[in-house]
Amino acid sequence: MNEKAMRSQRKWQTIIWVAIIITFTYLASDITNFNIIHGIATLPNAITWIFSNLTITPETLERLPKILEKLAETILMSIAATTTATIFSLFLGLMGSKTTGTSSVLGVFARFIASVARNIPVVAWALILLLSFGQNSMTGYLALFVGSLGFLTRAFIETIDEASHSAVEALRATGSTYFQIVFKAVIPQCLPQMISWILFMIETNIRSATLVGILTGTGIGYSFDLYYKTLNYNAVALVTFVIVISVIIIELMSNRIRKVIL
Amino acid sequence: MTLVEVKNLGKSYNAQTRVLKGVSFEVEAGEFVSIIGLSGAGKSTLLRCVNRMVEIDEGNVIFDGVDVGSLNKQELRKMRTNIGMIFQHYNLVPRLSVIENVLHGRLGYKTTLQGVFNRFTELEKEHAFFLLEKLGIADHAYKRCDQLSGGQQQRVGIARSLIQEPKLVLCDEPIASLDPNSSEIIMDYLKSITKELNIACIVNLHQVEIACSYSDRIIGLSKGTVVFDGPSFMLTSAHTDEIYRTKTVETRKLVTV
Repeated sequence: MNEKAMRSQRKWQTIIWVAIIITFTYLASDITNFNIIHGIATLPNAITWIFSNLTITPETLERLPKILEKLAETILMSIAATTTATIFSLFLGLMGSKTTGTSSVLGVFARFIASVARNIPVVAWALILLLSFGQNSMTGYLALFVGSLGFLTRAFIETIDEASHSAVEALRATGSTYFQIVFKAVIPQCLPQMISWILFMIETNIRSATLVGILTGTGIGYSFDLYYKTLNYNAVALVTFVIVISVIIIELMSNRIRKVIL
Repeated sequence: MTLVEVKNLGKSYNAQTRVLKGVSFEVEAGEFVSIIGLSGAGKSTLLRCVNRMVEIDEGNVIFDGVDVGSLNKQELRKMRTNIGMIFQHYNLVPRLSVIENVLHGRLGYKTTLQGVFNRFTELEKEHAFFLLEKLGIADHAYKRCDQLSGGQQQRVGIARSLIQEPKLVLCDEPIASLDPNSSEIIMDYLKSITKELNIACIVNLHQVEIACSYSDRIIGLSKGTVVFDGPSFMLTSAHTDEIYRTKTVETRKLVTV
């Protein structure tokens, strides 16, 4: 096949693909009664609405202390859920890792827990737990805890396998006990990476805590929900603004910490 | 006195390939033995069977009068304190200091809690500095290991194995990732210190010339069986041809084609 024939074949392939994509988009919007043109046309209106309604007015600033109090509650809950999950994840991570795992049964058990906890979204966990624990901060805490447990266990298993295989072998050869190996080789070697994952988890949890709070009626999510449902859009804007600022601050802080420890 | 006795050792990782087949040899106390052979000949596996880092499938390994294969966990740990091990990639904890890594060699003598909380005696610390002095890296004692060169890291590895006060040191390709200059330094230290302290040494090596110039005895391994076992001066080119057979046959083929 010469160059010219290949080029024309490429051209036809592109045309066919574009045609397929257009057909599918048309069919999909037809079935769901979604009008693209209409959607784009309403965009300017939506933006105007956002700018005219979602503004922070001086009166709403009076609510700031109350909102900050709720924000602090959310942040503290996220940190608590992350730190407690860290402790359990550490043990599950040691059990699930190929380097430090003691038995295959425990390894499978750890990885099973991790994947169940991780593959159900935090929002789904919140809704499931809502049924048995009701609308309180315990439910929010547990939802975040379970989500963090799954994610951190997975991250720790990989960190341990990656970072400490050779040192573990060496300490095994000196006749060290299991916990000596864990505390003298695995932890020193994996700690910076683990802290980095924990910080990432805290960031993620503060973001999810807002959403979980809407469902469980706690923390900053509750304020958001309350103002939203009472049509106090100026206060909603303030809440959103405070959340964005705090997430950015926490992200900057953890980036700073990461730079120092890694 | 015989320190290590390997009898009819066999090992296979899966049903198809047998890594070791009927390997038998003895190592005297204080002897310096090199094992040479191609990559995949089973050198590393053989070495790891001696301190049971890999399980023994067939035959026996007798170390200092005890059958290594029959030991329980506790006894195995106790036995391993008598066997030092040196690795190709040094296997240190890179984020810890040199002195901490050297003291890891003492963990086998400690209870779990003593080890976890760093309860090392003054005597052990002095011993660690003595060894670092001897290996010429005492200046780096408080540096992190990942700041040292390959040759220096391997000397930390040697110090860690010697602080165990072992009867035997197993070296798995100790110089395979070092330049010729550092290789010579490492082999010199290994030879002189083990001689001085009367420690037996089993070294896996790629380089025949180095094996010949340093060791008392050479064991040639090919496809999991011993094809040569004798003093280094008896190793002729016919033997090395057999040990590295596949390689030479291939080269010849290339030449004739």
